[in-house]
Amino acid sequence: MPALRIERLATKLIGPISFDVAPGECLALMGASGAGKSLLLRAIVDLDPSTGNVTLGLHARDDMPASEWRKLVAFVPAESGWWGDRVRDHFPSNCDATELIGKMGLAGSIEWEVSRLSTGERQRLALARALCRKPQALLVDEPTASLDDCATRLVEDLIRECCREGMALVLVTHDRLQAERMAKRLLRMSEGRIDRPSENVP
Amino acid sequence: MNSYIPLTHRDLLLASIFLAMNAGFSILLSLRLERQLIVSALRMITQLFVVGFVLKTIFTLSSPWLTLLVAAIMVTFAGREIWARQDRRLRGIWGIGLGGTSMLLAGTIVTVFALTTQIQPTPWWSPQFALPLFGMILGNTMTGVSLGLDTLHTALYRERAAIEAKLLLGSTRWEAVSAAHQRALRSGFTPIINSMAATGVVSLPGMMTGQILSGVDPQEAVKYQILITLLIGGATGLGVLAATFASAWRLTDNRERLRLDRLAAPRK
Repeated sequence: MPALRIERLATKLIGPISFDVAPGECLALMGASGAGKSLLLRAIVDLDPSTGNVTLGLHARDDMPASEWRKLVAFVPAESGWWGDRVRDHFPSNCDATELIGKMGLAGSIEWEVSRLSTGERQRLALARALCRKPQALLVDEPTASLDDCATRLVEDLIRECCREGMALVLVTHDRLQAERMAKRLLRMSEGRIDRPSENVP
Repeated sequence: MNSYIPLTHRDLLLASIFLAMNAGFSILLSLRLERQLIVSALRMITQLFVVGFVLKTIFTLSSPWLTLLVAAIMVTFAGREIWARQDRRLRGIWGIGLGGTSMLLAGTIVTVFALTTQIQPTPWWSPQFALPLFGMILGNTMTGVSLGLDTLHTALYRERAAIEAKLLLGSTRWEAVSAAHQRALRSGFTPIINSMAATGVVSLPGMMTGQILSGVDPQEAVKYQILITLLIGGATGLGVLAATFASAWRLTDNRERLRLDRLAAPRK
């Protein structure tokens, strides 16, 4: 699988920012609230207008339709959006999500009503529906923010599995310990910039 | 059948007796409605007398430029009304321009079509036919367009998380906004659909009633009413379609993004 490369990426509010994520690497992104972490992830998947280059291996973001790019580079925001009544409506019909959902400890939830899901269940199912579409890189914004320890472990295991399969992964987290568990490299953001070159996580 | 009965000023005075009685009751029962009642009645009377005078002058002069000028004034007021009836509007010139242009296009196409191929007065732009027809079509299109845009903008704003979730999973902008767009279209079409369904059973249209009162054969008046209602329905539909498609296009972009930064904050 290809590497994710971000070169001089800037929007009105953040940047310019440059960094690389190797295939199979999990890069942790930390920083105070309002530092621009979520804006950076939005800019990478082209949800906000930006300048600079973003590439995934030989694919350049600006040379392909945004909808195709987002199938390669998946972004799971901290707050998930739902449009249908049932969980099933949010999964493509050609994808069997049973195993994926089971790994998150939510077996059988595909038939549930979205309005009855807890915040933590929504968060995990949002990750599942993104992974179901087989992206090559994954950007996750605080995927375990409202999860208990047990569910957090399940999600972390799943993220590790994605890395083992070769996905380039960016993990935004407020939890230093989680960064240490998951990532070998850590970027810190403040006021829309990367503070200094990436540090190695012990 | 041709039994038009002209009214005198004395008739109007007599007709106001019951309204004056209401004002009296309001004072007796201290409802404090008398002031509003009288002021709005006087406003109505003055406005209508002025309109009657203006229309008579325009009809007598029968100038194409004057007719066009009056039509332009009507469009300006209706365009402002569309703008005012939206809670969240497009920023900048788009706010008044998009709704106004959609209404103007739909209203003009349908009015000119009706004048030149169905009603066919001489000359075709004769103000006596063009202005009332344009006014009725414009008024209904205005209601449809403002409802459609208001629904669309509110839905896109409230459902941005769901819309962006669709975009993130690889939908195009049209796929992502289609649910909100459908709701906007439905709300823009609802008034005209409801009024067509109720016409003649629940309500007698004002224009038809007026024609009957002025001595026109009811069967002829009905034909006029059907013509007008069909035109109004057509123009409203075209206006709502044009406005909501244009606005959904404006509020997304060709990189499949939702551009709520192009929407202004609601009024306080």
